[in-house]
Amino acid sequence: MTPQELLKQLYDDTLVGNGPAVLELTHTGLAMNLGPEALLYEALIPALEEVGARFERGDFFVPEMLIAGKAMAGALEVLRPLLAETGAESIGTVVMGTVKGDVHDIGKNLVNIMFEGAGFQVIDLGVQVAPEKFVDAVREHSPDIIGFSAFLTTTMPMFKANINALAKAGLRDQVIVMVGGAPVTQEYADVVGADGYAADASAAVVRAKELLQRRRRAALPA
Amino acid sequence: MIACGALAGNVREIAARRGWLVEVQPLPALLHNRPHDIAREAERLAGRALDRGQRAVLAYADCGTYGALDEVCSRLGLARLGGLHCYDVLAGADNMAKLFEAEPGTYVLTDFLVRGFRRAVLAELGLDRYPELWPDYFRHYRRLVWLAQHREPSLEREAQRIAEMFGLPLAVIETGTARLEAELERLVAQAVGRGGPGQDPGRMTRSLAWAAGPARAAGATGPAGAGGGAR
Ligand code: B12
Repeated sequence: MTPQELLKQLYDDTLVGNGPAVLELTHTGLAMNLGPEALLYEALIPALEEVGARFERGDFFVPEMLIAGKAMAGALEVLRPLLAETGAESIGTVVMGTVKGDVHDIGKNLVNIMFEGAGFQVIDLGVQVAPEKFVDAVREHSPDIIGFSAFLTTTMPMFKANINALAKAGLRDQVIVMVGGAPVTQEYADVVGADGYAADASAAVVRAKELLQRRRRAALPA
Repeated sequence: MIACGALAGNVREIAARRGWLVEVQPLPALLHNRPHDIAREAERLAGRALDRGQRAVLAYADCGTYGALDEVCSRLGLARLGGLHCYDVLAGADNMAKLFEAEPGTYVLTDFLVRGFRRAVLAELGLDRYPELWPDYFRHYRRLVWLAQHREPSLEREAQRIAEMFGLPLAVIETGTARLEAELERLVAQAVGRGGPGQDPGRMTRSLAWAAGPARAAGATGPAGAGGGAR
């Protein structure tokens, strides 16, 4: 198998969520001296982007999205320590969680995978995360970005509650707030005073990078 | 009456018993997994009915369309069931809020979901093809609550089987269909009031009586006895 063939196969197997094959190809690729970045940027991430696009078009539904995400997560387990070794610096830290009262986490987990793939360090607080827990996590990890995910009409108002809790703790200005989930729109994100919104995991990465760049630029001395 | 497939059985039963002259047009319940399609399909059916000179109402709650059904309603001048989903319609929004507040890890079943769990949930979520995904979907759940419209032994056994599948306790709340019936009654009155001979509330009641039709209304439970739950 040539490196090109391997990358193509890795892409195809990630797309259909063939976890064992993805894991094996990742190991084979590394043994062939394909760097972790090549495996990530030339096969795994493009595959997951295509999964997102197919989901958007209605060709894929949740299970297909899940198995592809899990296949990529398996490969990331292998690549993570190697990426750290190559000295590839984390481009930023993200704290993520599904808001209090909500246990939908498939969307959030996919966002986490894509963030990690893009070089962010991700701290996942899980589901049903209360405002105080988000506040504690900001204190503890000083993340660049905090992400709230919600899938229920009844739990979306927790975005505002979380943002208020951050403000009350004097931390609101220290962190970029991003929000997302099926019911969330840009308008809603604006209303609650979030800094960013994205409709899917790929867009979340793009938006996060933009927001981060803008903040870092603003922080530079004139 | 354009009805969610998950409610259509109850809606038909209520309409027949009340003698309403309505044609129930169900949309597939599985659209819930693709809520964007609910609004589009409801608008298509309602538009067709209106074009034929019929009145139309939506026997749908918001149902995960996150406001898109309300936009259809305001565009076409339709009414829909109150609440966010059929759980609100059947059990009452306040009661549902309390249920979820007491335990956010609550998985809710209705008679429809109990009956069709395999198809509507297991198959739709791919659990028939990928049983290994079970924990990805359900690991955060702590209990099941069955909102029972008609608590029958066969359904009870099935609900119990589902609870065993989850390995979680099952609570049963007998909601009946009284709240649904009251909501449907409101929709019918509104539709009759809007398109019918009179717009003022006094004449609306007479219009409703007209809509009920004397022959079919015979033996129907009147508004005061809208106690589907007692059945
Ligand atoms: C799968 C699913 C479930 C699974 C969840 C499993 C899990 N572990 O997450 C199960 C079956 C367990 C479930 C349970 C329930 N569900 Co549900 N569920 C869905 C469904 C079908 C898909 C959601 C999903 O995971 N999509 C897959 C992801 C990948 O798609 P996505 O939204 O596009 O995700 C992207 C973006 O949202 C974004 N994103 C997500 N988070 C974030 C965060 C940030 C910061 C950013 C930037 C971006 C971002 O990136 C993601 C990746 O690309 C939706 C309907 C639908 N199609 O949306 C209903 C839906 C959300 N559920 C609903 C309901 C009502 C429930 C229940 C109450 C039902 C019940 N019988 O008890 C319970 C909830 C209990 C609770 N307290 O949370 C309703 C909500 C209605 C409402 N108005 O609130 C919906 C809309 C279905 C409907 N039409 O009625 N559900």
